[in-house]
Amino acid sequence: MTAPSRPRVVIVDDHGLFRAGVRSELGDQVEVVGEADDVQPAIAVIGAHLPDVVLLDVHLPGGGGQLVVSALKAEHPQVRFLALSASDAPEDVIAVIRAGARGYVTKTISGVDLVDAVRRVAAGDAVFSPRLAGFVLDAFASLPPADQAAPSFDPELDQLTAREREVLRLIARGYTYKEIARELTISIRTVETHVSSVLHKLQLSTRHQLTRWAAERRLI
Amino acid sequence: MRGPKDSGPLRRIPEEGLLGGVAAGLAARTGRDPTVIRLALVLVGLVTVGYAFVAYVLFWLLVPVAGADSSIAARVKEDRRGIALAVGLGSMLVALLVLVGAIGGKWVGTLGWPLVISVVGLVLIWRNSPASEQATMRHLVEPLVGLTSDRSRPGIGMRLAVAGVSLIAGVSILASVHGRLNLWPLVGVALVIGAIAVVLGPWWLRIARDLVAERRARIRAEERADMAARVHDSVLQTLALIQKSADQPQRVTQLARAQERELRAWLFDGRAPGSLDEMSLAAGVRQIQQEVEAQHGVSVEAITVGDCELDDDLVALLAAAREATVNAAKWSGEDVVSVFAEVEPASVSVYVRDRGKGFDPAAVPEDRKGLAESIHARMARRGGSATVRSTPGQGTEVSLTMPRRAGERQASRT
Repeated sequence: MTAPSRPRVVIVDDHGLFRAGVRSELGDQVEVVGEADDVQPAIAVIGAHLPDVVLLDVHLPGGGGQLVVSALKAEHPQVRFLALSASDAPEDVIAVIRAGARGYVTKTISGVDLVDAVRRVAAGDAVFSPRLAGFVLDAFASLPPADQAAPSFDPELDQLTAREREVLRLIARGYTYKEIARELTISIRTVETHVSSVLHKLQLSTRHQLTRWAAERRLI
Repeated sequence: MRGPKDSGPLRRIPEEGLLGGVAAGLAARTGRDPTVIRLALVLVGLVTVGYAFVAYVLFWLLVPVAGADSSIAARVKEDRRGIALAVGLGSMLVALLVLVGAIGGKWVGTLGWPLVISVVGLVLIWRNSPASEQATMRHLVEPLVGLTSDRSRPGIGMRLAVAGVSLIAGVSILASVHGRLNLWPLVGVALVIGAIAVVLGPWWLRIARDLVAERRARIRAEERADMAARVHDSVLQTLALIQKSADQPQRVTQLARAQERELRAWLFDGRAPGSLDEMSLAAGVRQIQQEVEAQHGVSVEAITVGDCELDDDLVALLAAAREATVNAAKWSGEDVVSVFAEVEPASVSVYVRDRGKGFDPAAVPEDRKGLAESIHARMARRGGSATVRSTPGQGTEVSLTMPRRAGERQASRT
């Protein structure tokens, strides 16, 4: 799918001030077609406007952001979600990603980077902030590797490849996709493929640790 | 050197030992004085006619050095030439033993076998031990080499004469004992041992003294370096901050007070500056994040993967990471610093990255202790490594890696 030159965006956040801030930071790079401050209004606004990208706060008064994603995903698969949060409790972030969001960034992200992230998500790519990369590494690193605790239906989904791990590590270290591509001497497109594949695994893995992990980040 | 009882698996401590550090390792494991263990070993060795020394050599081969995973024996497997050499030497000695045994003197057999096994073991150790242990061994055999080359030492003639006389006496007694009193062989053995002791004793004494002195000096130097690094990280940093904020009396007071508290805690309660009172690695990284954010007004993006308890090595790793973060905050000119820490089964890595102006690591002046002392040397002292990648204009990344200890060895040195 080709990215529209000016992605249409809905901002969902319970703080009006933050919405205004994001709106001004995005400037005219994107078209903000709607705003919402809670789960139910968000579902209504998104359903009405069908934007390219929804900037979705992980924490909403009426529940987590994943409620919005799961309510709309089946009906409007073309709407893509980019999760945002200020604090980053891993379980919330993982929950919203597993519900179907295409990426996660922290609210401290710069305006330029945010526009870039929105474009990426609109184009169908995954956007991993360093923090999300760290979470994912952590989630998949929690042993045992051969899933002994629960029967695994698809071992492919339950493990990251060495390359994917490498890419995530570099993201966590603060490298941009371009820098990662240079570091690993692969193309940016390949980096994007790896990240999308990780997102896919993250969303579809039945790995039992993944659901449980966040709650009890145990010592290795 | 009496340390607390240690509960980890048995490890050799070559830097504290006279030979392979087995006695030092046993001492650390049981909490006894190494000298007591050494004396006991020698006594047992005499009683068992040498088999305790065989046990020592086997321990040397099989017990890994503290902090390492594999023993010398693990490396021996790859050393085909060493095995061949050892087998050859061993078989030659066995042949000699059989020959001597046939001529007479059953005592040769009892003393001979442990000797053969020990020699074979020592050959394997010699070929496969790390360079530092080889240096110790070379030091120990020096007198034998010195005997042939260095004749100018005072007293050497006298000692050689005494040794020669007792050697001849001992051997002739041994040779003439056939069928006589059983006490005589012992006298012969004693004379032979005495001869060896007279010739080599002074060297060995000197070596033992040198080893002790060298060890003390090394410990002192390490303590000094640790202390310098700590003073640099705390007091010197604070003084620099105070100079920068000279126009803000409030801030100066606040900084000075915080530093005073920290210094007092160090000097009087023995708590190291910037010390990590609790805690786990992730908590330590968080603490660095908070403190650097508070002190330098930058935002620190800290991400940790996995977690583990802190030991001395990891505390050093965190101290280095902290220094790298402070450096990035102070010099990069950027207001975001990324810190990524990952705990893996065999090692812990921390990456500190900024997108600031960068610098040429080769062009850092000698007297800037931050990089050399607080990061590189601090990591090296604990067996870790540090690399700095910096491109002017594109930022800096400091990568720190510290191997994890196999067991939790709480050494008596801090």
